[in-house]
Amino acid sequence: MSNDPTHQFQISKIVPIEIGGMDFSFTNASLFMVATVACAAGFLYFSTSSRGLVPSRAQSVAEMSYEFIASMLREGAGSHGMKFFPMVFSLFMFVLTANLLGMFPYFFTVTSQIIVTFALALFVIGTVLVYGFYKHGLHFLNVFVPSGVPGVLLPLVVAIEIISFLSRPISLSVRLFANMLAGHITLKVFSGFVVSLGALGAIGIGGAILPLIMTVALTGLEFLVAFLQAYVFAVLTCMYLNDAVHPGGH
Amino acid sequence: MFVTPAFAQDGAPANGETHGAAGNVHTETGVAHGEHGTGVFPPFDQSTYPSQLLWLVITFGFFYLVMQKVIVPRVGGILEHRHDRIAQDLDEASRLKAEADAAVETYEKELAAARAKAGSIADQARDAAKAKAAADRASIEAELSAKLSAAEARIADIKARAFAEVGSIAEDTAAAIVDQLIGAKATPEDVKAAVAAAKVEA
Repeated sequence: MSNDPTHQFQISKIVPIEIGGMDFSFTNASLFMVATVACAAGFLYFSTSSRGLVPSRAQSVAEMSYEFIASMLREGAGSHGMKFFPMVFSLFMFVLTANLLGMFPYFFTVTSQIIVTFALALFVIGTVLVYGFYKHGLHFLNVFVPSGVPGVLLPLVVAIEIISFLSRPISLSVRLFANMLAGHITLKVFSGFVVSLGALGAIGIGGAILPLIMTVALTGLEFLVAFLQAYVFAVLTCMYLNDAVHPGGH
Repeated sequence: MFVTPAFAQDGAPANGETHGAAGNVHTETGVAHGEHGTGVFPPFDQSTYPSQLLWLVITFGFFYLVMQKVIVPRVGGILEHRHDRIAQDLDEASRLKAEADAAVETYEKELAAARAKAGSIADQARDAAKAKAAADRASIEAELSAKLSAAEARIADIKARAFAEVGSIAEDTAAAIVDQLIGAKATPEDVKAAVAAAKVEA
């Protein structure tokens, strides 16, 4: 248990709450969700509070993230997709901040919990479905019928399209979850090597240098992954929203 | 507040072997872990799902509302304001440039006009000078020719008088010569006639 690399994903209650036999305790996971929201919203709020015509450094970071997501959504889902901007921007900032907060030692990584990423993915797919049917009615089903496919192949293609559509929430959530989980486990394992080799004396300390270098390199990689996964999540969200805005347009 | 349980997760296990005391301090949280850590991989521990879902909905919902109501309009407004301002500044710049161009054009026009005027003034002055010179020359020439003709008239007059006197001198001389040669007085009428005849022959 002492060097258990999965221990960092353990959820512990801080304020036990139980409603109707269900456990709704305020846990370390909840705490870091609150911290994520506080960091992201606080940063965006205070960095833009001066509304400078010439932005300060913090304000230009906030503006860059805004324009980054805005251009991503405009390219992915067209100008009609811009009504989903608050949603995509919230998802991106939430996932990015949660990933980056998770990089602090001893901090809990909200996005390393499959239930969290799955809930976010369902939120995206649910939005696509609800908006798609609300806006286009049954025409939304054109999503499953690509244009220009020969009639003979159509049933097969439609079946494939349906399966791919159904697998979207799974792939979207598992991608983020697995990346964060695997990265943190790897980091923990290699840094565990440093400690256990270092305990062996002089030779062990010499041998511990290799996993130490590895840990440093992996930390850099994990920062990249933290950003990349938030980016991928946002890009895929834009692509899926494009289906809701322009069904059959692919 | 959140460092204590977190420390219990990572710090205590790492030091657990050598620092038993440190491990004991955190037994409380260690027990809490024990409840969940019953061999189930933590992210797949379904007993934590309701709590995570509830708090995710609360926190993400709040975050979404803040983004939608406050941040997105504000940042969008900042960017739009800047965009407008830049466009306005560009308009102003092109307006000023047009003004400058117009000023340059009028300047050049005025310069050309002034140049033309200067040229015409010079031409006029030259023409006037030329005319005056011509007039002066004409008047001087006229004066000179008047003087010339007066002088010629005087010469003619003197010549005529001289000629006339030549007649009387010749008559006197002829009378004197005749008187000396023949000792006879020739009548003035005869001498005059003879001189006139000689004059005609000459």
